[in-house]
Amino acid sequence: VPGTVRVLARELAEPLHAANAAVADGVRADLARRGLRAVNLLSAPGSGKTTLLEATARQLAGRFRLGVVEGDLATDRDAARLRRVGVPAVQVTTGNACHLDATLVAAALPRLPLADLDLVVIENVGNLVCPAAFDVGAHAAVVLLSVTEGDDKPAKYPLAFRTADLVVISKSDLGPACDDFAVARAEACVRELGNTAPLLVLSARSGAGLDAWCRWLTGLRAPPAGRLSGAITP
Amino acid sequence: VHEAALCAALLARVEAVARAEGALRVSRVRLRLGPLAGVEAELLARAYALARAGTLAAAAELAIEVAPVRVRCRDCGAESGAGPRHLRCGACGSPATQLLSGDELLLAGVDLVAPAREGTTGVR
Repeated sequence: VPGTVRVLARELAEPLHAANAAVADGVRADLARRGLRAVNLLSAPGSGKTTLLEATARQLAGRFRLGVVEGDLATDRDAARLRRVGVPAVQVTTGNACHLDATLVAAALPRLPLADLDLVVIENVGNLVCPAAFDVGAHAAVVLLSVTEGDDKPAKYPLAFRTADLVVISKSDLGPACDDFAVARAEACVRELGNTAPLLVLSARSGAGLDAWCRWLTGLRAPPAGRLSGAITP
Repeated sequence: VHEAALCAALLARVEAVARAEGALRVSRVRLRLGPLAGVEAELLARAYALARAGTLAAAAELAIEVAPVRVRCRDCGAESGAGPRHLRCGACGSPATQLLSGDELLLAGVDLVAPAREGTTGVR
């Protein structure tokens, strides 16, 4: 009969992030083939990501080389800061986008001297909401929380803190001025999210805790190329 | 903030499926969304209402099924229901849990309106 139609129900069960996830898996595998690991560094704006990386580069100078993919809404100020301390850094400006995705990272990586590096740090856009939802191809995620923020921040931003492999409490030198921040309360909030990741308390300014941080970072060094199949995070 | 970009990708995929099936239009888009996916259902629905204009899904309803948050304990092995901010084991209280469900963002399926096959009885 002309004009009649039928309704077809089609079951798909396709992840909407499938395209990004495939690119991210490619980034991870490519880095692993080069004997490299990547860390996704997340925090709210102003928690001290770039300052920590500057201090890290000074601490590890001559023995462990970082390269940085720097995500920002605009300006290349952070990448310029890192270059001044001898860290190869490429700036990715996301315009109005609130996060890096795997495609942006994949395009930026060839601009780093990968053969000379021990570790790639992906410094994400300062934002604890959107970046947490996008796999950028890193092998591990670190979330920074400074003592000038609330110690209940993990409860407010469960996405970022639930999947972190390490939580860094930064700006510990300001602890005396921020005595309402209790590391134990921050830790309890992280545990409530079902995350058993370690917490590290440090100050990039005073140097306190930097040794432990650098040990954690250098411990991520990839096994000899070819032996690693993919992500170490769940 | 990325709900609009997500809708564009969603509709591109929905239209591709509809074309491959020879559909005239899409009557329903079904999503399965976990509270830990990082997407607000209400924002997504608003973005979708704008993004669907001019596509085969221009009149298609967006049905969002919310997935439950469930965890498995690495210590005692129990599986339990949890909340998006409370993911300890419901049986022993351990924080060492693994997420079984709750972070999914899936295009579960689509309902398509297609021309009736010759010799079959369709619905008007």
